[in-house]
Amino acid sequence: MARHMKHHADPTRRALLGSMAAAGGLAALGWPGGARAAAPSRGGHVRYGVRGGSTTDSLDPGTYSHAFVRTMGYAFCNTLVEIDGNNRLQPELLEFWEGSKGAASWVFRLRPGITFHDGKALTADDVIATVQHHVRPGSTSGARALMTAIKGMERLDDLTVRFTLEAGNADFPAIFSDYRMMVMPARDGVADFASGIGTGGYVLKNFEPGVRASLERNPNYWRADRAFFDSVDILAMSDATSRQNALLTGAIDVMDQADLKTVHMLKRKSGIEVASTTGGLHYTYAMNAELAPYDNMDLRLALKYGVDREALLQKVLRGYGSLGNDHPVAPTMAYYAADIEQRAYDPDRARHHLKKAGLDNVSLSLSVTDGLYQGAVDGVTLYREQLAPVGIDLEIARVPTDGFWTDTWMKKPFVAGIWGTRATADMILSAAYESTAAWNESFWREPRFDALLKAARTELDESRRAELYRDMQVMIRDEGAAVIPLFADNVFALSDRIGHPEAMSGAWELDGGRSIERWWIKA
Amino acid sequence: MKTLWLMILGRLGLGLATLLAISVIIFSAIEMLPGDLAQEILGQSATPETVAAFRSELGLDRPALERYLDWAGGIATGDFGTSMASRRPISELIAARISNTLFLALYAAAISVPLALVLGLLAALYRNSVFDRLANVTALSSVSLPEFFLGYILIFVLAQSGLFPAVADVTAEMPLGDRLYAAFLPALTLTLVVTAHMMRMTRAAIINLLASPYIEMARLKGVPRGRVILCHALPNALAPIINVVAVNMAYLVTGVVVVEVVFVYPGLGQLLVDSVAKRDVSVVQAASLIFAAAYVLLNLAADVLATVSNPRLVHAR
Amino acid sequence: MTASILPLSAARGLRSAPFTARFGMAVIALYVAVALCAPLIAPYGETEIVDAEFMPWSAEYLLGTDNLGRDMLSRIIYGARNTVGIAVATTVLAFLAGAALGILAALRGGWVDQLLSRLVDVLMAIPSLIFKLLLLTIFGTSVLSVVLIIALVDSTRVFRLARAVSMNIVVMDYIEAARLRGDGTWRLITREILPNAAAPLAAEFGLRFCFVFLAISALSFLGLGIQPPTADWGSMVRDNASLISFGDITPLIPATAIALLTIGVNFVVDWMLHRASGLKD
Repeated sequence: MARHMKHHADPTRRALLGSMAAAGGLAALGWPGGARAAAPSRGGHVRYGVRGGSTTDSLDPGTYSHAFVRTMGYAFCNTLVEIDGNNRLQPELLEFWEGSKGAASWVFRLRPGITFHDGKALTADDVIATVQHHVRPGSTSGARALMTAIKGMERLDDLTVRFTLEAGNADFPAIFSDYRMMVMPARDGVADFASGIGTGGYVLKNFEPGVRASLERNPNYWRADRAFFDSVDILAMSDATSRQNALLTGAIDVMDQADLKTVHMLKRKSGIEVASTTGGLHYTYAMNAELAPYDNMDLRLALKYGVDREALLQKVLRGYGSLGNDHPVAPTMAYYAADIEQRAYDPDRARHHLKKAGLDNVSLSLSVTDGLYQGAVDGVTLYREQLAPVGIDLEIARVPTDGFWTDTWMKKPFVAGIWGTRATADMILSAAYESTAAWNESFWREPRFDALLKAARTELDESRRAELYRDMQVMIRDEGAAVIPLFADNVFALSDRIGHPEAMSGAWELDGGRSIERWWIKA
Repeated sequence: MKTLWLMILGRLGLGLATLLAISVIIFSAIEMLPGDLAQEILGQSATPETVAAFRSELGLDRPALERYLDWAGGIATGDFGTSMASRRPISELIAARISNTLFLALYAAAISVPLALVLGLLAALYRNSVFDRLANVTALSSVSLPEFFLGYILIFVLAQSGLFPAVADVTAEMPLGDRLYAAFLPALTLTLVVTAHMMRMTRAAIINLLASPYIEMARLKGVPRGRVILCHALPNALAPIINVVAVNMAYLVTGVVVVEVVFVYPGLGQLLVDSVAKRDVSVVQAASLIFAAAYVLLNLAADVLATVSNPRLVHAR
Repeated sequence: MTASILPLSAARGLRSAPFTARFGMAVIALYVAVALCAPLIAPYGETEIVDAEFMPWSAEYLLGTDNLGRDMLSRIIYGARNTVGIAVATTVLAFLAGAALGILAALRGGWVDQLLSRLVDVLMAIPSLIFKLLLLTIFGTSVLSVVLIIALVDSTRVFRLARAVSMNIVVMDYIEAARLRGDGTWRLITREILPNAAAPLAAEFGLRFCFVFLAISALSFLGLGIQPPTADWGSMVRDNASLISFGDITPLIPATAIALLTIGVNFVVDWMLHRASGLKD
């Protein structure tokens, strides 16, 4: 078994675990291997305009939650595991990982010879301190819930750590690709985040929260095939139109999240490239399955048949995305079941289910906020019009973004939500659909589902495992309490003097958050 | 003159009381907002355990009154404390931004106040002429456009052609000339926003006086129209004009968060909005008090100037 | 002079009104008519999705469609009803409360004046946008709370003006005479003070009125403001603003609707001021 689960940094060996299927599969194998027309060139200064930055940001990765800190963090730090341009898991700081005992025991071995910006060598102690930072009692980290399964950590030697889990999980290494799992140096056994020191391709020179971060290339970077820019400024720009204007006038070279309303016009501008990547980012309209009338399966089906996904894709995402099928497993993920029938807008069928639920006309209220994602309120506005012929009067309860996660999400019975890309199907299913999940936004508790999920984590037979995941997708689609209308692409724009690999990760915005070390200025 | 000093002292004392009242109001308002710092920082990834841990680490689990008194005690000794969210000293957070905010306010005021006064005087002088109508229509149109939209229009016209930068990310090291150039568009946007109000008040205040007997008298004596307005009407119209200038100056200091966002200008407004969103109470308090102090001082200055400009008020009966 | 700006005599003076004032009144009349008859004039429904997004101007959709495929012209027409309605309600409320309290403070003086003035000082010293943000987050963003909160913040400005103007009036001999005659507070306010304080208050009304649109627009920039799918011009500017970066004039349509009304209202106000000033030319 150990052999099956061993995964090396060696690029010639195929990742067996938790690999997300490549979108299309044609893209170059690994990076930067393969014959490329133009080799990346080194040098130059680049300016980024990225959303999300706030004056309240800190360097504690446990508090990371948006594009600005993600982009900055991936530039000066590394994680143990990375998601490559083809959306596959690869060891980053690790040389290999190896699971045993029914995937309940894991050995992680670090690459030798890596140093932090201050010259300190990377060792097993840093890994333990980093994980400890998130799991220790009294931890305030947002990643804490991801790692509740860790029972013990053991330093085997300078470069090797063994994790023991409560229960087997074949996808365990995937957790370490999370952007909050940036490896920090240990000082007296405690992770030191405040100094802003990492092992990454860039050294953090200056960080003014909510304004900018300035980075310079790390001359001692352990990877020769990365980090091409000499220096980078990241500007916090929360207004999409401002970012766009800055790009149009050459004040910045790269912007994340293009304004979808005008992206068709931006595309026509010379000197600007609009790019997009596909991942598991998806939007939900989550009901509380424990509260009437949402405890009625037929009402839930009425709401699922009452949404015109095609119209939402066209008008809200301007085509940058794909249709959701009321389950959270994305087409780019391993174990996505492509053969499940796509649910379509069917007002008659919706009305039929509404009648069956014993309701002829019903008024419901869907809470949403502008800051959730671009077009969040527009989407609900369209949904309202689509539900009108069904006999459902949907009130749009637009609430302030401020306080949304505390006061509205998982508090109001019907709420719009968003889920970022997870590296594996298991991660999103156990984050939001397992009965005991802290973020079970639809309050859907189904023991049959929990059993399937648990079985899939330790199932080693690939076809059996795929079958289990298919059953879970069907179950959520038909019985679950969330309408999942759309998977959204990450859409961003850059000056055409910036070069980037053909295959870009869709895990987060801008090449999985790692564009600063992966992109270059064209020679 | 002595009464004037007494008035200033009295007003400063009242100002302090106002600041105290504001700190209580802001503190209670933040307490009333849904969620606290722990929840807002963790956002979607909050779980009951992490929130509880965060709260106890920051002392948010203590009673509100205790936290307020703690904060007030710090302020009384001149210590603004540290930001709970970024763990940086608040004085450091604010220092850089306050100079940016004041710079932009002064920049915009330096353009808009003379412009508004001259336009207002001319409009009063040539009232109901084509010039008057044109000035009014232009001013009213520009004041009808939301600030962010004015900003976008100026960027479209003046930045896309390459004349001025669309991003005003000034830094502390920038030389003055570069700073003026970088911040030109936000300053111009603010100028367009505040000029109309001041210009129309100037015009109205002067026209209001033109029917007074003493103006009639001067006219009959054969004093030229321009001289009548400058030397006879203007001095008596100064009080309302100074007042509206002060109101707009206060606005330039305290109300420009939207312009800051559009031009990525690192000012106090953005700091305040971010801190409100994350419930970083001590930063919100510090920033609000600075804004309030600016308001109190500007008002005081306006009243002093209005008094000085009017001998009848200096030598009160 | 005292009665010159009251509606009745204003109507009598209509014939002597200059071109600008007539233009202003025509604009106001037009807006009121459109607002009242919106369902009759609008070719499509307020929230109805009629076609694809961003359709160009055509015979079918005179001003094209918006980002969700709703008819722009119909949204503008319904927007008149919602926007003007909200702005009028807010401004009137702010003036009723602000002017009444301001005059009362001036008339009574003493502790009433001190209490109200200091309270207003405190409220005004809090940056208004932040104050509105805080209150809207606490009380929610229904139309009612938007109206009440903007009115509350605006009324402090009106209070100061009304108090300042009334202070100059209450020391006049005719007020003293009215008091000696035994007139009550209400009678003093409505009969003696209000007519004499009306001119500056009207001037303020003209600008305050338009600041309400701007406040709603600024709030929608920060993610608050009027609830969708209600059409209001401030939010319509916000929703389409980014198009201007590409020279598309769509956002100028609702912006022009606001500007035209602002100009119209202020032209009428100017005329009233002119009449009140007693100038002959």
